[in-house]
Order: sequence, then structure tokens, then C-alpha cells
Amino acid sequence: MSRYDLTRIPAVKTLVVNRWPQFILRAIALAGFVVAILAGLFGTPVGSRNLSIVFVWIAWWALLILAAVPLFGRGWCTVCPIPMAGEWLQNGAVLGPRKKETGDWRLVTGNLQSPIPSLRLRQWPKRFRNIWLQNGGFALLALFSAVVLTQPKVTAVILAIFLFLAVGTALIYERRAFCRYLCPVGGFIGLYSQVAPLEVRVRDMAICASHTEKTCYTGNADGYGCPWGVFPGGLVKNTTCGACMECLRTCPHDNIAIQIRPVGADLTVARGRKLDEAFKAFIMLGSAVVYSAVMLGPWGWLKTTAYNVGSLAWLGYALAFLLFILGLLPGIFYLVTWAGMGQRVNLRVVRQRFTANAYALVPLGLAAWIAFSLSFVFANISYLWPVLSDPFGWGWDLLGTAVTPWTPYLSRIVPILQTLVLVGGLAWAAVTARKIAEEKRGGTALPAIAYCFFITVGMLWLLIG
Amino acid sequence: MNVETAVLPQKRFTIKHGSWLVLSLLALAVVFAPLPTGTAVPTTHTLHLEASSFAFSPAILEVNPGDLVTIELTSTDVVHGLYLDGYDLVVTADPGETAILTFTADKSGTFRFRCSVTCGALHPFMIGKLKVGPNLLLWRGIALSVLAALIGLWRFRQ
Repeated sequence: MSRYDLTRIPAVKTLVVNRWPQFILRAIALAGFVVAILAGLFGTPVGSRNLSIVFVWIAWWALLILAAVPLFGRGWCTVCPIPMAGEWLQNGAVLGPRKKETGDWRLVTGNLQSPIPSLRLRQWPKRFRNIWLQNGGFALLALFSAVVLTQPKVTAVILAIFLFLAVGTALIYERRAFCRYLCPVGGFIGLYSQVAPLEVRVRDMAICASHTEKTCYTGNADGYGCPWGVFPGGLVKNTTCGACMECLRTCPHDNIAIQIRPVGADLTVARGRKLDEAFKAFIMLGSAVVYSAVMLGPWGWLKTTAYNVGSLAWLGYALAFLLFILGLLPGIFYLVTWAGMGQRVNLRVVRQRFTANAYALVPLGLAAWIAFSLSFVFANISYLWPVLSDPFGWGWDLLGTAVTPWTPYLSRIVPILQTLVLVGGLAWAAVTARKIAEEKRGGTALPAIAYCFFITVGMLWLLIG
Repeated sequence: MNVETAVLPQKRFTIKHGSWLVLSLLALAVVFAPLPTGTAVPTTHTLHLEASSFAFSPAILEVNPGDLVTIELTSTDVVHGLYLDGYDLVVTADPGETAILTFTADKSGTFRFRCSVTCGALHPFMIGKLKVGPNLLLWRGIALSVLAALIGLWRFRQ
């Protein structure tokens, strides 16, 4: 498949390798993050008048799901402020590696010193080197979504927990363990980054093979060893690459590139398919369905049930939600996969096909989230103008926009856009399912495509029906 | 150049091209084909709608295209509003009072209406539906989904 090497353009290369542009963006994001926490803790409890809710769940979410993920994959991770403080402590530096430290403990795997003098940084436990914890974290957050999305204090506490977890793991475990193995947002960004038209990859594998120092992994005077614990020479998918750009800085052979590629290129790469990622696809797809029903549906009782955390009705909702995303959706998919293979196939092979076929759900899941977000975001983005002037809801009018009335945007066009996005997602999922099926002789895409079709019709009914 | 001996690249119209053409024409037909929106004679509807945190009751209203619709919005707790997507109409009701919104349902389809006044935590999700005749967008969407599924099932050959 053809690729276009963006980093052959000198201006792009300079922009990416220079630490300042990325640092400035991250610093701005960090400032926004801190203000969002403060607004949540000390501002008005009215969500639509508080920056923490409007900024995080409307503005940031719109940017993330409608632009950053589909176009740049892990583009958000490139500028995410959450791991900054932990990295500063871990590295003993704010911007770049301290020259005199080159080659010492900060750069050698397995012998890293914690910022706490008596501790040595550990490797992340082997049994958790997957995204099951991220799956669990996302599912847990999703259970409380009706509260998290509407209560500024809860949003602030969640953001603060993210920050403390990131710093805490940086003090105990090497590299960005929080980003790679714990962050619930990073988990689904990784899954959906497979569809993005951008990738960080090595140009020539032979150069990597002969480069014994592997500075992309261990670091040198120009940059840190991969904070995500990835050897770029082994990258075949975007999922584990945090797009932090360190390897472009540390490669002495200029052998790492940012490339434009065909969209969805990772989905048909057979190597590296995993059950935890397959389940992430079900969790995300199922959550989009449930969110569409709860938040955008006409059923008031369902909204109240999802909101009344701790009540008996909520427990029933939570149980039904978990059963749907972790049991029903994958269960039906497993059965249709098995049915499509015939009865004389052993369960190990069915499981392999189940995992492989689940990657067809990735474009459909992203389309479902985009379709859901289009309605939610365009109906509510006008809340942003007042909170920019009055982030805490204290009666300020910093920019003269404090009394801008709420106005839904594009309300006539949004249902059409949602339809096109969902149908496009289904077409993409169907083509992906066919390509995956063709990897094995006698494989059929029919079950996976039928499954995707019914999910699409369900989403259409929920969103525009 | 010797025109008689020049070899021009052949642009054959293959089965694959034909398949895509048929599929594209079908998609265009699904999107643009005129469909009946109902033959009912327009009438006058007065619909009573109760708003309370965080739901409308009834949550789904149904009228026919061309009907003159009057919505009587009553709020039973705090101030609520009603914004009708697609029609861009808005009305606000104080607690215990009824506000009136009258309009001609001249656009067919299914439209969301949502609370337009911040009324509590779940305010952004306080949503109902107005159905005006058949929901052609939904049916067109389902028909397009069938075509989208066919793209995957149909192995295009050169």
C-alpha cells in the first residue's frame, strides 16, 4: 500500500522534532485541565454553566471524536497534559533530557531510578500488559456516565484521579505506564487510531536491525527512550504507539517517519490481534448504543434510572449495561462466527476468528460514536460561549459572551449527517469483514456483516427514528 | 507520431466497474427517489404536553404532514422550555402554567424536541420526538445500509 512520508518535508520534520511546539500545546492543555478541575470543584453546580462540564464533555469530546481520533489517531495523546507532571518527576527535567544524564539510569531499561530516592522504577507487571484494565476502567466510568457528564464536581474528581494515577504510576513504574495500561480514554483512542490516515513507522527495517544501541527504546542526548515502551521497529499498528515523537528525536539514522497511509490500514493486519482489543471494540460499540438510548432517547425513566446511582433501579441498569456490552454483544458475535465456520471446528479456532472478525467492528464503532456525538455536540456546543466568559458560573463576563443564548446548531442537517456516517461506517466494516474473512480459505464475512447491519439499523432507529 | 502504430492503453469497462455503477445508481435512487409522505387530509391538532424533570409526557407526538399543530406545554415543577429541531421553534413554560406553540407541520419526518431552559442536571438530555408522517430518512438510511452491506458481501472481480 502506498504511503506518503510527511517528515520528508523539512518544515514538518522541524515542527515535530523541535520540543517547543508540542510543549506549548501541552502546556495550554495542562492549563485548561487545571482550570477545568478548579471550575468543577469551586464553580457553579449547574453543569451547563460550568467550564468543567462544557469544556471537557462537549468541546474536548467534540474535538477528540469528530476530528482528532479519525484524522490523527493518537493525535490527542501527543498533546495530552495528564502524564506531564509524572514525566517531569521521572525524567528530572521539564523539556528535554539533561545532557549530562545521557547513558545513565534514566535511559537504561530495567535499571531506572524512581524520583523517590530509595525506590527503583519497576516494569509494569506482565499479567497486566494488555488493555483489560483500560476496558474495565472505561466500563466502570460508563456506568456512572449520567452523573459524570452532568455533575461538575464529579467530573473534577475524575480528572484529578486521572492526574494522581498518572503521577503515582510514574513514581513506581517506568515510562508512561498510566497511558499505556490504565487510561480509559487512551484505550479507545488506541483502538480507533487503527483507522486513522497517519502512522509513525520506521523507513527501513534493515537499519533498525543493524542499529545495536536501539536509542529509540533506550534514549540518548536528543530524547527519551520510547515512553510507551515500544520498539518502533516492531510497530505494525497504531494501537500501542502514543505518537509522542520521541523516536523521531532519538533515531540517529533519521529512519523514523510520520506517514499518510490508506485509512484503516491496521485493521487488516493479521499480526497482533488480541482478545482484549476485540472486547474493547464490543465495549465501545455497546456503550455508543446505550448512550444513544439513555441520553438521546425520549425515555425519561431511563435517564433518571441511569442518574440515580446506588438505587435499586440503577443497580439493575448497571447490570443490564454490563451484560449488554460484555455478554450479549460479544456472545451473539461469537455464535454467528461459530455458525459461519460450521460445526466441526474446535473452539480455539473459533476464538481466533472471533477475535479477528471483531476488528471489523472498529470502523462501525467509531461511526456510531461520531453519529451519537454529532447530535449531542451540535445541540449543546453553544453552552461554550457563556462559560468562556464565566468559567466558574460566578457572574463574570470576561469576553462579553456570558449571556449568549443557548442555540442548537445544524438541527436540520445533523440527522442526515448521522445517517451518512452510520451507513459509511457499515460499508467500511463490511469491506473490512470481507478482507479479514479472505485471510482464511473458506472464510465467510456474512455473519459479521449481518451483525454490523443490525447494529447499524438499531443505531439509526435510536438516533433518527 | 505514427498514429497507426501507437498503442493506447485500453480502458475496458469491467464487471467491477459495472458493479460499482449499478450500486452507485441504486444509492442515488435510494437517496433521491420521491416517496409518498401520506395522503391524509390536513387537520388541526391540539396536543397537551407535560414537562417535568427530565422528561416530556407524552414523549412521542404524532401528526400528519400539513396539519395545524398546537402544543400546550405545561410545566409541573421548574421552568421548562421546548425547542423543536428542524422547525427551529421555541416556547417556554413557567411552573404550573401552560404555554402555547402553534405551527403548521409542513416538514415530514421525525424531529427531536428538547428542553430549552436549564432545568437541572439531566437538562441536556430532556428530549422528546415529534413524528410528522412517515420517517423517510430512516427508511432511506436502512435501504442504504442494505447497499452498504452488499459492498462487503459482493466480491467485485475484475
